[in-house]
Amino acid sequence: MTATGLPRLRAVAGAEWIKFRSVRSVPAVLLATTLVLLLGAGLVSAGFRSGWSTMTAAERAAFDPTYTSLRGIDLAQLLVGALGVQTMAGEYAAGQIRTTFAATPQRGLVLAGKALVLGSVVWGLSTAACLTAFLLGQSLLGSPARHAGLGDPGVSRAVAGGGLYLLLVGLLGLALGALLRRTAAALAALFGLLLVLPLVVGMLPGAAGDRIAVYLPAAAGSQLWTVARGADHALGPWQGGGVFLLYVAAGAAAALVVLRRRDA
Amino acid sequence: MIEACGLSKAYGDTIAVDGLDFRVEPGLVTGFLGPNGAGKSTTMRMILGLDRPTSGSVTVGGSGYRGKVWPLREVGALLDARAVHPGRSGHNHLHSLAAANGIARRRVDEVLEQVGLTAVARRRVGGYSLGMAQRLGIAAALLGDPGVLLLDEPVNGLDPDGILWIRTLMRSLAAEGRTVLVSSHLMSEMALTAHHLLVIGRGRLLADTSLADLIARHSADRVEVRSPDAVRLAAVLRAHGGEVTGAVDGTLTVAGLGSARIGELAAGHGWVLHQLRDLTASLEEAYFRLTQDAVSYRAAVAA
Repeated sequence: MTATGLPRLRAVAGAEWIKFRSVRSVPAVLLATTLVLLLGAGLVSAGFRSGWSTMTAAERAAFDPTYTSLRGIDLAQLLVGALGVQTMAGEYAAGQIRTTFAATPQRGLVLAGKALVLGSVVWGLSTAACLTAFLLGQSLLGSPARHAGLGDPGVSRAVAGGGLYLLLVGLLGLALGALLRRTAAALAALFGLLLVLPLVVGMLPGAAGDRIAVYLPAAAGSQLWTVARGADHALGPWQGGGVFLLYVAAGAAAALVVLRRRDA
Repeated sequence: MIEACGLSKAYGDTIAVDGLDFRVEPGLVTGFLGPNGAGKSTTMRMILGLDRPTSGSVTVGGSGYRGKVWPLREVGALLDARAVHPGRSGHNHLHSLAAANGIARRRVDEVLEQVGLTAVARRRVGGYSLGMAQRLGIAAALLGDPGVLLLDEPVNGLDPDGILWIRTLMRSLAAEGRTVLVSSHLMSEMALTAHHLLVIGRGRLLADTSLADLIARHSADRVEVRSPDAVRLAAVLRAHGGEVTGAVDGTLTVAGLGSARIGELAAGHGWVLHQLRDLTASLEEAYFRLTQDAVSYRAAVAA
């Protein structure tokens, strides 16, 4: 980075912060994300508590109370991902992107500035909401169901991992928005990667599907917020998180190349 | 100063801009003139580094736009007034641009005041009229107090007051020594605003000339005379080598004699003149002649 790089990045991030907070849909999506995380924790945990007596011993042994209280992430990821998509694709919809690139011709900096703003907000909010969801979920599970404490092995990592996972989903959405420029196309790509791809791979015959499945974005990334090891081939939390990070980094790298080359 | 050298842009097989060479000088309003589809907006986008030239180059103040660290302090541009996120207020739009280029925040209020949008600055841009959006775009262009201004069809959507305002503004910006490039497909507008003209058609440069030169070169060199003694005057003018037509209603059109000579001849005979004026081709005509062959999209006229 050149000598002017850092003040330039600070200025661009400042501009992106003003843009981010001055569109009405943003606080609405952030609020919805929080609600979904808390509601998810409440509903799923309460469900397990009332069904605990009917669960088999094997089911009880495999039960992951931390993961259970964070299940709102399944829905929250769609909101956070859409927010990432919209942060970039929304600028293309109106042509605002030309104004943005005229103000900052260093297009990589624009993407970096947006990533910084979106990332800090999503990460901060998601981490706080995941912690609250965890505490809420555990208090609901109570006895008779098994519940976890933050001091238990892997638990605080999983709670923090929920925030990290949502941060990465938001950045993935941002990269897809930059790559595809259109909101609808980028949303389709994002949901396809997170939701549809696992279904397609699940239809592969034999063990091949299982082996591949654990490397898919959502399966790998969700290891960040899981305490119990699920499938036989499942990756560890940091391995899984690392694989998911690679997807996001690949998306961001492709977005950078395309942004620089393409006419605005 | 803006300098283009062999500037070309092709979109697939379509050549939008074809080897433009020009310089836009400071201190003048330069009109960038051409029919719709001539390549004006594409050229402006290339100046701003938004589109990449297929070949050739263009610099602003000696360097390419994409290499500028704080571009809005050097170059202000109005491209498309609607190219603003509709959900954001005008104030926040300008505030974000100021922040991106390290421009003092008070400039936001100053330019809002200057373009007359202070009252609606906190309203969402989506609710602005085209004229208001245009004023916001001009405010954005002025934000960094830049030495170079690019305005693409700035009078679009403005009411007569607004048009007069932007005309005066462009003139005064140029008078302050700034480089002002303003595109338009409206000749009449350019005739009132521009000092210098770049005329393009089908992506090629057709003329790079001062407004006065363009008119002079295409002036028809005729004189119109109105006199109660038109019939006798006509005979005298013919006798002195003039080619005279008209005379029925006391109005003559004379070629081959200058207005000064005609005035002298009339005075010599003691005849009264009610009118004596040089007929120059309007800029409209000159422009039409220049671009006649270059109009890419001419409306088909039903026979």
